[in-house]
Amino acid sequence: MNGLTHVLTQVLVALFQVAAVAVGGPLLLGLMRKVRSRLEGRAGAPIHQPLLDLRKLFAKQRMRPRDSSWVFGAGPVVLVATVVAVTAVSPLVSASPPLGQSSDFFAVVFVLLLGSVLLALSALDTGTAFGGMGSSRSMTIGALCEPALLVAILAMAIAARTSNLPALVRVGISHPAVIASPARILALASFLVVILAESGRLPVDNPSTHLELTMIHEAMVLEYSGADLGLIILGESMRLVFLLGLFVNLFVPWGVADRPGVLFVGLGLLALVAKVCAVGATIAVFEVFTAKLRLFRLPELLAGGFVLALLGALTAVVR
Amino acid sequence: MNGATYSSFLEIAAGLVILCAFVTLWRRSLRAIVRTLAVQGMALGVVAIVLGVHRRDVVLIVVGCLVVLAKGLAIPTLVRRVLANEPMSRETSPLVNVPSSLVGAGALTFLAYGATRPVVALVSTSAGRLIPLGVATLLIGFFSMVVRRKAVSQIVGLLLVDNGIALVAFLATAGVPLLVELGASLDVLLVVVVLRVLAVQLWSKFAVLDLDQLQELHD
Repeated sequence: MNGLTHVLTQVLVALFQVAAVAVGGPLLLGLMRKVRSRLEGRAGAPIHQPLLDLRKLFAKQRMRPRDSSWVFGAGPVVLVATVVAVTAVSPLVSASPPLGQSSDFFAVVFVLLLGSVLLALSALDTGTAFGGMGSSRSMTIGALCEPALLVAILAMAIAARTSNLPALVRVGISHPAVIASPARILALASFLVVILAESGRLPVDNPSTHLELTMIHEAMVLEYSGADLGLIILGESMRLVFLLGLFVNLFVPWGVADRPGVLFVGLGLLALVAKVCAVGATIAVFEVFTAKLRLFRLPELLAGGFVLALLGALTAVVR
Repeated sequence: MNGATYSSFLEIAAGLVILCAFVTLWRRSLRAIVRTLAVQGMALGVVAIVLGVHRRDVVLIVVGCLVVLAKGLAIPTLVRRVLANEPMSRETSPLVNVPSSLVGAGALTFLAYGATRPVVALVSTSAGRLIPLGVATLLIGFFSMVVRRKAVSQIVGLLLVDNGIALVAFLATAGVPLLVELGASLDVLLVVVVLRVLAVQLWSKFAVLDLDQLQELHD
């Protein structure tokens, strides 16, 4: 009986985290757009506008290019599925999520990568020029991000003696000195650069443009419409919230529910919402004041991220 | 200040020094690089002040304050004046592109860690473990003097070298005598003044600050 309740609570926590991220993703997009438009002197759409957009998209008829294969349909589904899978087992609201022992940072990153790779493949699948260009650029950025991210994880893992995600967050709660160490700070700075690059935010890609020559992510999803497009937008926004949630919990773990109980989980959710909103709004403010980098200057930014992570790992090893 | 906060303050300040060294290689705008140098100078001063507070050494605290004033405020202001005199060149023109020079700097950091192993083994304090960061800053300074040929970049490289030496001096010794530290700081200040005069002369004579173009003799 006790075992059954335990399993039930774990499943409930997982469902709760997924639901929070699924609703929070579009809302965060709305918040970031709102902050941006307010700073630019516009009124801006209401914060829940992306949710309304999603409802509209999901109600639309499904249209697919005539010559596309199953890959085209699989892209959006796999994207959302991978994000849902990693969200369920990661320490976002609760510091001891279900299957916590197996939620390894490296594994989480590679599961997320599966979604991006399939999206790039499905953009190639239609055979249009834009799709190919978008996937090529996105994969280039991905290939530059990946080493930085891996070394950043390595730095955090060495400092905490584990690469298990819940353990990394719990170490932050029990030993605040680990967070203030240069290793963790450098690794997290590098992680933030990677998050901005992977989710196509401003210095790397402009999320609000359809200009042919500069777009990266938009070029990939140009062929999608209706529910497929809705799934992609949902998946991308969920991934942003997931990555930012992970970032804030690794950096300021206070408030994460470290014991079972409705009260603690509720507090954990409140803390997560507050922290993610704060980081999201900061990114939006930053985006108002930055221009997109030239594509050929991107390696500089990402090499900077890589070097940050490398320094972090080095200081962690020598400690 | 207890042991844990002391060492984490020290680590963060020393980490900031080496981070600034990387940022000078990363940024292209000379103005931003000079701003980074100012931050580095202040971080260096903070290292000295933290060490001084920990060891209850008033002289070291005074030295730290002087370092903040000299390297955080005075020298960057002087370098900025040079920049104001040359409106044409706002950006560095590196011989090696930015990603490669960043990776090179990473390799130099590894080298510094490897080379200072015996020294670190000798100084077994928490400050001693940070000595490689100072050596790495020094090596990055040399590196940036080699790959960047603008007069201002040369000044920046020299200042990086000096900051690296100062960081090693603070961390490895039980406090540099005030006179020595003052002497070294004033020396650097003087060098910057001389380089500044040189850069202004270069600019007014040849309207160029690229040292590679000064290879031929003129009458």
